[in-house]
Amino acid sequence: MLKGVITVMLQPNVLDVQGQAVQGALKHLGFESVEKVRIGRQIEMILPTEDREAASLQLREMAEKLLANPVIEDFQIEIQEA
Amino acid sequence: MHCAVLVFPGSNCDVDLYKAILQIKGATAEYVWHTDTDLDRFDVLMIPGGFTYGDYLRPGALAGVSPVIASVKKAANSGKLVLGICNGFQILIEAGLLPGALLPNQSLQFICDVVPVKVVQSKSPFTSSYELGDLLRLPIAHGSGNYYCDEVTHQELESNGQIAFSFPPENNPNGSLAGITGLLNEQRNVLGMMPHPERAVKQWLGSTDGLGIFQSMLDHHTA
Repeated sequence: MLKGVITVMLQPNVLDVQGQAVQGALKHLGFESVEKVRIGRQIEMILPTEDREAASLQLREMAEKLLANPVIEDFQIEIQEA
Repeated sequence: MHCAVLVFPGSNCDVDLYKAILQIKGATAEYVWHTDTDLDRFDVLMIPGGFTYGDYLRPGALAGVSPVIASVKKAANSGKLVLGICNGFQILIEAGLLPGALLPNQSLQFICDVVPVKVVQSKSPFTSSYELGDLLRLPIAHGSGNYYCDEVTHQELESNGQIAFSFPPENNPNGSLAGITGLLNEQRNVLGMMPHPERAVKQWLGSTDGLGIFQSMLDHHTA
């Protein structure tokens, strides 16, 4: 069994208002020098296979069809031992 | 004109939309659950507002891949009229029937208000009852209505006349690119909009400016 990890982030050119708000809160806590806070999402799942290549293809298809929005988001795929 | 009102887990403007349709003489409506796929008996398809699947993943993302949406895509491609309001607009975008994306409002606040909305395109099956430049008073109620697309897409939308409604520059409540808040597909048989026309169909609701959408669709159907 393999574990798939998909990390979805807003594309660099898309304004991240949530990241901006969190950055402001971090400054309130004294982390004055923090810059470019951006918030993404991580999705994990177990895949009942040992074939890393097939798993990678499957994860890519899932990301393209549903898990990420290609208009505003980029994604990265990682495969780990489950 | 027989209208489908699509209902998903988390839809909450379905009853308002159903009742708004019945305000128009010659229009009938029927609820359709999201697992149904036979939409042949309908003349037009409407997706109401709400919080389908709790807005999990992204607003409209999970509804956008539900069984009924495959049928909506087929119907849209065959020329049938499809209207998505608020979460319905988000679903149409996630389903790929309209370009761009709807991001969280720039203020990060959920906005519930009645705002001026400008008619930018009156030559469409949804907006023919209005005059170009009309300023409508329509309710908005959303957390993610901040329209975004890349510059190339924006140019295409402008040159194809696909922008149906926009917020005036001096009153852009959610930060949408160029104030865009109503969008047609290239063939102009699909409209998505963040404002709620179904909540503006009686004077005692504060406005009747939403009726024009439904009247335009009926006029198109009977023409």
